[in-house]
Amino acid sequence: MAILFKPTRQLESNIEEFLNSVSEGAIVFEQGVKCYVDNDMENFTAHIQKIDELENKADELRRQIESMLYTHTLIPEHRGDVLGLLENTDDVIDTMKETLNQFDIETPDIPHTLNKDFLDLTTVSVKSADTLVNAIRAFFVEARAVKDHLHKVYYYEKEADRIGNHLKRKVFQMNLDLCKKFHLRYFALHIQNVSDRAEGVADRLAIYTIKRTI
Amino acid sequence: MLLIFLSSGLFLGWSLGANDAANIFGTAVGTKMIRFKTAAIICGIFVIIGAVIGGSGTTHTRGKLGAVNAIAGAFMVATAAGFTVFWMTKIKMPVSTSQAIVGAIVGWNFFTGSPTDYDSLSKIVSTWIFCPILAAIFSILLFMIVRLIINRCRIHLLTFDKYTRIGLIIVGAFGAYSLGANNIANVMGVFVPVAPFDDLNVGGLFIVSGTQQLFFLGGLAIAIGAYTYSRRVMETVGGNLLKLSPETALIVVLAQSLVLFVFSSQGLEHLLNSIGLPAFPLVPVSSSQAVVGAVIGIGIIKGIRGIKYHTLGEIAIGWITTPIVACIITYISLFFLQNVFNQQVSL
Repeated sequence: MAILFKPTRQLESNIEEFLNSVSEGAIVFEQGVKCYVDNDMENFTAHIQKIDELENKADELRRQIESMLYTHTLIPEHRGDVLGLLENTDDVIDTMKETLNQFDIETPDIPHTLNKDFLDLTTVSVKSADTLVNAIRAFFVEARAVKDHLHKVYYYEKEADRIGNHLKRKVFQMNLDLCKKFHLRYFALHIQNVSDRAEGVADRLAIYTIKRTI
Repeated sequence: MLLIFLSSGLFLGWSLGANDAANIFGTAVGTKMIRFKTAAIICGIFVIIGAVIGGSGTTHTRGKLGAVNAIAGAFMVATAAGFTVFWMTKIKMPVSTSQAIVGAIVGWNFFTGSPTDYDSLSKIVSTWIFCPILAAIFSILLFMIVRLIINRCRIHLLTFDKYTRIGLIIVGAFGAYSLGANNIANVMGVFVPVAPFDDLNVGGLFIVSGTQQLFFLGGLAIAIGAYTYSRRVMETVGGNLLKLSPETALIVVLAQSLVLFVFSSQGLEHLLNSIGLPAFPLVPVSSSQAVVGAVIGIGIIKGIRGIKYHTLGEIAIGWITTPIVACIITYISLFFLQNVFNQQVSL
């Protein structure tokens, strides 16, 4: 019986590790943005490295999960849904990694007066990603609880839009070069993108959950 | 000569295996939860065990309906029933072997002028209505229990998938056992009065009666039918009437197996009698009808929306036409067998 359950246990632990990587990635992303805004470049670089590792690990785990699901023909009814879910969740951590890398490459010059807005936007976007991870965990073990998390994802996404718009308005009212304004807006969009991705996955998850409940 | 006559029963067994194995394992194979080979092997083994160990109860009722007392008559009854099943399957009409054989026996009774035991006939025909209703009730109750378990217990999707797989194998084996025990009377029942086998003493350990040897052969034919011809039926049966998930497939198979079991278990009959409750009649029922009843049960509790009424109508028509067609075919072919081939079709 133990042999029979081995691939299942392995897969459960891989999924758990994958979700941990995304969740940890969200924390690292938030801290990374904070380090950049605070001009703590040494720690910022460390966080870029860390999120690179986490993203690679998530990619590797996702591929393993995909291959195991097909090799052992597990969950035939939900296999497509689970794969779609993991691939789209992987996009969330990809977006966070890309954004930190853009900070590193383009080094946007953020005026001090906008520090708090950028940090607030990051916090809310990260919250949407983190809540999404909780919803996905619930999908695997307690489908009925998924909706308790999903509404929070939608709330944080809207909040991110609100803060993002406020930030962009502020940027364009400031006395800065137009190219600088565009640059800052671009970064606000990048950060907002994290919550948009999370919302996209949440939409899919809502459908998958209906299919999952018998 | 004997083998030629018996071959008709084996043909009927083969077609029953090809058709009814899909009722048990169809949804499991169709939803890719179990490989076809695994399903066919489990099905074959347990059908034979069921036929040999538990087949006598229903055969008794079937025997009372009309004792086909000449082997040529038995041959034609089984052939006509087998042909009806084969032909109905060919034109894609849902078919029940139980109904085909009952129609064929009644056809033999008409032709030979033998009296039909209307008590047994009404008992059997009433199960054609009662069996799908009981299967629907079982599946509704089981669905509620499974839903409660899923909602109460925090089981990981993958672990649940594993449990469902194991459940489908165990319940499938139980279903195959019940199919063998209940439906062997359809396949070999008509040959029991004319069975030529002597009791066989196996190394002084136990005695295999002539009837059990006959049932073993019938069980083997069902098993071969399941292994050789049920693949296509299994792979397409899944979404015919209502699209089933692996969990609901498990419920359907369990409900159907329970129905077959309650109509064939002598042990259950004794138990119910001993505590003063009315027992289920030991009658060969149709696994096709049971599975349709169970699927409708799921449809009812899930809100009926998904049921394909057109398919349901076709099934209902099949339930009426099968015994009539088998009866007519038997009557006509007995006429030819007696008058053209000069065979004695009754004593």
